[in-house]
Amino acid sequence: MKRFLAVCCTVCFTLLSATMSFAAGTIKIGGLFAVTGPASFLGEPEKKTLEMLVKEANDKGGINGMKLEVVIYDTTGDATKAVQLATRLIKDDKVSVIIGPSTTGESMAVIPVAEKEKIPLISCAAGIKITDPVKHWVFKTPANDHVAAEKILNYMSRQKQKSIALLTVTDGFGSSGREQIKTLAKQKGFTIVADEVYGPKDTDMTAQLTKIRGIKPDAIICWGTNPGPAVVTKNVRQLGIKIPLYMSHGVASKKFIELAGAEAAEGVMLPAGKLAIYDVLPKNDPQYKLLKDYDQAYKKAYGVEASTFGGYAYDAWLLATDAIRKSGSTPDKIRSGIEQTRKLVSISGAFTMSPKDHNGLDLSAFEMVRVSKGDWSLVK
Amino acid sequence: MQFDQLLQYTLSGLSTGAIYALIGIGFSIIYNATGIINFAQGEFVMLGGLLTLSCLDLLKLPLWAAIPCAVAVSTVAGLLFERLAIRPLRQPTPINLVIITIGGSILIRGLAMLIWGKDTHSIPPFSGDEPIAIGGATILPQHLWILAITLVIIAINKIYFYHTISGKAMRACAYNRRAAGLVGIDVRRMVLFSFMISSALGAVAGIIVAPLTMTAYDVGVMLGLKGFCAAIIGGMSSGIATVVGGLLLGVLESLGAGLISSGYKDAIAFIILLLILFIRPQGLFGKADSERV
Repeated sequence: MKRFLAVCCTVCFTLLSATMSFAAGTIKIGGLFAVTGPASFLGEPEKKTLEMLVKEANDKGGINGMKLEVVIYDTTGDATKAVQLATRLIKDDKVSVIIGPSTTGESMAVIPVAEKEKIPLISCAAGIKITDPVKHWVFKTPANDHVAAEKILNYMSRQKQKSIALLTVTDGFGSSGREQIKTLAKQKGFTIVADEVYGPKDTDMTAQLTKIRGIKPDAIICWGTNPGPAVVTKNVRQLGIKIPLYMSHGVASKKFIELAGAEAAEGVMLPAGKLAIYDVLPKNDPQYKLLKDYDQAYKKAYGVEASTFGGYAYDAWLLATDAIRKSGSTPDKIRSGIEQTRKLVSISGAFTMSPKDHNGLDLSAFEMVRVSKGDWSLVK
Repeated sequence: MQFDQLLQYTLSGLSTGAIYALIGIGFSIIYNATGIINFAQGEFVMLGGLLTLSCLDLLKLPLWAAIPCAVAVSTVAGLLFERLAIRPLRQPTPINLVIITIGGSILIRGLAMLIWGKDTHSIPPFSGDEPIAIGGATILPQHLWILAITLVIIAINKIYFYHTISGKAMRACAYNRRAAGLVGIDVRRMVLFSFMISSALGAVAGIIVAPLTMTAYDVGVMLGLKGFCAAIIGGMSSGIATVVGGLLLGVLESLGAGLISSGYKDAIAFIILLLILFIRPQGLFGKADSERV
């Protein structure tokens, strides 16, 4: 009996809150982020960013006179949980658009739900398979890994560097990067002369680098996230290797320079998302003001620097609100609005969506930078 | 194959191996005093590195003061671990104890994650980071520190276990707990001692490797496993055999990565471990032990 009453109350409450939200003219946005668990370095800044933006928007009077309400759930990086929570967002909370999930695995699991329930999903995960092939209701904001790889290879061909030694980490990020560099290198006429790997927890890569030193390639490309690349950078200096060293966008933060040491990191080049390096961008860069505002607002609200990952949620927010402003606030109108996005300047780059491209970023999402004197400098 | 490449592989291997050896000795000291494998050993390695970092950053101590401070705190952690987790056990069968150490390691790692966060941190090297060239190969000053400290620790170990009363008493506990108790050795105190010594050793290992490998809340897992490998190769002796085991493991890993394939680097370590467990469970240098049945 008690249970029955509880159910009744819940139903009443849900109905009541649903009617209330319609009456007040609010738009409900759902967030699915891995706030805790192994992927919390992604989910936490994403959640904080979204909360900050919603508050900012409501303080300014909302969008088209309508208030915004955000419901964020923590998926803990678990795909099964992500699916349950996505269903809850759609069925119980009745959101019009979902931002997230944070990881590729969760996004792939949630996609069928979004497609079936016809709710636009803007994923904050980088995996290429999320939007390739294109799904009607699914978008994603981080640029594909191969865009970063292409940036490096384009720069190398300008430098007349032809042979590449690969040193990649044996996790998802490293192996996807390794595959994509290999395919791109073949297309662009580079030769891969060494293909070495290291474990994510390895503490010494001198053996692999000694082998590479013996082969004498034109350049080394290391693909991984901290701390591996920092160890590689230290080892390169220890072995006195003078071959140009390229890193992935995965280490485009000051943390990398700090870990490797400014001396060892001197001269290392990598494609960086613009947020990490906005203070060295030319002032007339279209993204400059937005990046600076975001970083400063984030610092003010949370006391730490904004991260690229939080930027993915920012992008998703801009895409969604831009679509709401232009097309309307029902799920269907938001979806077509996002698809019609043209040159929307945001954190990760300028988005131009089309029915064939649900990511919308190109090579301009990254800038090639070089470490000099413990800081980034742009390379042309 | 050029000579300088081979030399570099060997040198890299030796310096990594010395780290494994130092951690391995920690395993074997506890094993020799209590007959259990302390799987939380790797966590003390992590504690050493991270506590040094806190001493440097928060307390603003100079490096020479931060290191003993970190070792002392880790030793206290080892003491608490023994007192709170190992001693209260009603039925201290080896399997229960081993499982408790695994639980303890997860707890310590979790606490470290809450205290220091998930980021990787770096610690400055003891004496600069200008590479030293040895006939075409290069090593860092920190590698020399590691080798030297390992040697000193082996020497102290040897003196302690063979030339002091408490060291001999600890060995007696390992041979036969009950007999040791009967001749008046306080077995529980010896067990406590062994945990303190090995947590201090683990912390030292963690501190001297941190400038090279950097440190984070989860570095203990892999380093602990490799140290365990070294101890197994050395037949769980707390002396030179474990050191040779560690060095051998380091060199084989490095040669394997350089000459065969870097993808198999960890596989090589664990294949050696399995082979030794199958063929010579008493260790590479040990005599077959007929007493433990």
